[in-house]
Amino acid sequence: MSGATAAGRGDVLLRMSDVHVRLSGSHILQGVDLAVRQGGVTALLGRNGAGKTTTVKAALGLVPSTGLVELTGADGRVHRLSGRRTHEVVRLGVGYAPEDREVFGGLTVAENLALAERRGSAHHHDRVFELFPELRTRGRQLAGTLSGGQQQMVAIARLLLNDNRLLLVDEPTKGLAPLLVAEVAEVLARAAEEVTILLVEQNLTVVRRLATDAVVVDQGRVAWSGSAPDLLADADRTRELLGVAPSGGHAA
Amino acid sequence: MSTFVLLAVTGLGLAALYFLVASGLSLIFGLMGVLNFAHGAFLTIGAYGTWWAAENLPGAGDGGWSFVYAVVFGVAVGTLVAALVELLLIRPLYERHIEQVLVTVGLSLALVALVRAIWGSDPRPFPRPAWTQRTTSLLGAQVPNDRFLLVATAVLVLVAVLVFLRTTRVGLVIRAGVENRSMVTALGIDVRKAFTLVFAVGGAFAALAGALGGVYLGSISPGQGTSLLIFAFIVVVIGGMSSITGTAAAAVLVGLVQQFANYYAASGVGDLSVVLLLAVVLLARPGGLTARVA
Repeated sequence: MSGATAAGRGDVLLRMSDVHVRLSGSHILQGVDLAVRQGGVTALLGRNGAGKTTTVKAALGLVPSTGLVELTGADGRVHRLSGRRTHEVVRLGVGYAPEDREVFGGLTVAENLALAERRGSAHHHDRVFELFPELRTRGRQLAGTLSGGQQQMVAIARLLLNDNRLLLVDEPTKGLAPLLVAEVAEVLARAAEEVTILLVEQNLTVVRRLATDAVVVDQGRVAWSGSAPDLLADADRTRELLGVAPSGGHAA
Repeated sequence: MSTFVLLAVTGLGLAALYFLVASGLSLIFGLMGVLNFAHGAFLTIGAYGTWWAAENLPGAGDGGWSFVYAVVFGVAVGTLVAALVELLLIRPLYERHIEQVLVTVGLSLALVALVRAIWGSDPRPFPRPAWTQRTTSLLGAQVPNDRFLLVATAVLVLVAVLVFLRTTRVGLVIRAGVENRSMVTALGIDVRKAFTLVFAVGGAFAALAGALGGVYLGSISPGQGTSLLIFAFIVVVIGGMSSITGTAAAAVLVGLVQQFANYYAASGVGDLSVVLLLAVVLLARPGGLTARVA
């Protein structure tokens, strides 16, 4: 399901080397090294407070960091992301859906989508409305009045609207009803056929469904990385790294 | 009745001045998180720019289109100074809010001192078209025409800003940026361009308030902007910090309260009652009148 067609599948798309983040006195990332292979879904796992969200934000330049972050461009050139401003990183084809969705509550659904139309990219409204027909009918509704699930649809729609090379998706199923969790997983699985995804996710059922690779962070460092099915097949290791058993389904 | 009407229209004229200054302050604070203490200096620059143009520029003067020409010059200078302040002083301190505020405090002192050094601290008679000094009869009251000029200009600016915010792409970026600046950048948008624009437009409105304030008061002095700025800050807070419609409503409230209290109680009570109004609004609605941008 998560197989990709892009040429160069398996090559490293995003690489983070010795990335440190210090925020208001605390040393949150302490030398993160990770690689996201092109064409798959890499799950970023770890206990609460391990540094998953900060890792994603450091890649985007949303938090100040030291170390090296590199993205391989469509032409095979390696772009250094460290030191770039967030909007420049995003324009290289990086989509971001933050942990708490962060749709603009004071704007309508249509305005949220219009704002997400990125310069230098085609805009696939047809694709978005095919996946989420509700977003068309609710176009004039203020996004702040949508349910959590509907807001997540807007957040994912913003990712799929543009031509991206990499999606950074932070806990897309957090707080959603089981039916919606399955729907979000299905949408991401379809997206993964075309684009590489780095997915922060606590729900191991979703991880099992989507992830080809896994990176586990613990106390600001990468504690384990490798094949996601291998990790989930090893109950003892999963419990040791994440504090939960893989068979449980929900990790939260 | 006629006194009431005169007080009400004068209060609205004052509200118009407050709104012109406060609308820029509120957009700048909402989008950039910067309390711009230099905003009063932009007003002073607009006032002196208009006065200088009317005295010195060929074709500019104190009547009809030549007065409009002088005001356009004053507003242009205010806009330019505001844009330069953002590009040269605020932008290098991006995301360092305390330093940015300190820079604007320093600027407010320096710019006013500069104006004082060049043109002195005595009030200068301000050029104003003769028709603004005549009165129009309204519901039995003889209302000076400059009040109508102030109110009409403020309404025009309010409508223009609302249309801009609601119908243009940059307006959309500004509304979204007021709500969540970092998410706007995470959509690939360079929000700093909107910063410069908002600063320049805010400076233009303040400069316009400077010119209109000159018409209303008949003279200008270097400290004028700073004293008006205090009431503009109160208007911004009452209006909800980053909302244009809230700012407009708050400006009307403050202008009317100030006028009526000054007349019916005692001179000076008006200023006091504005501070009281601020306290009451903050106690009843800590977020101000409204939290929406437009």
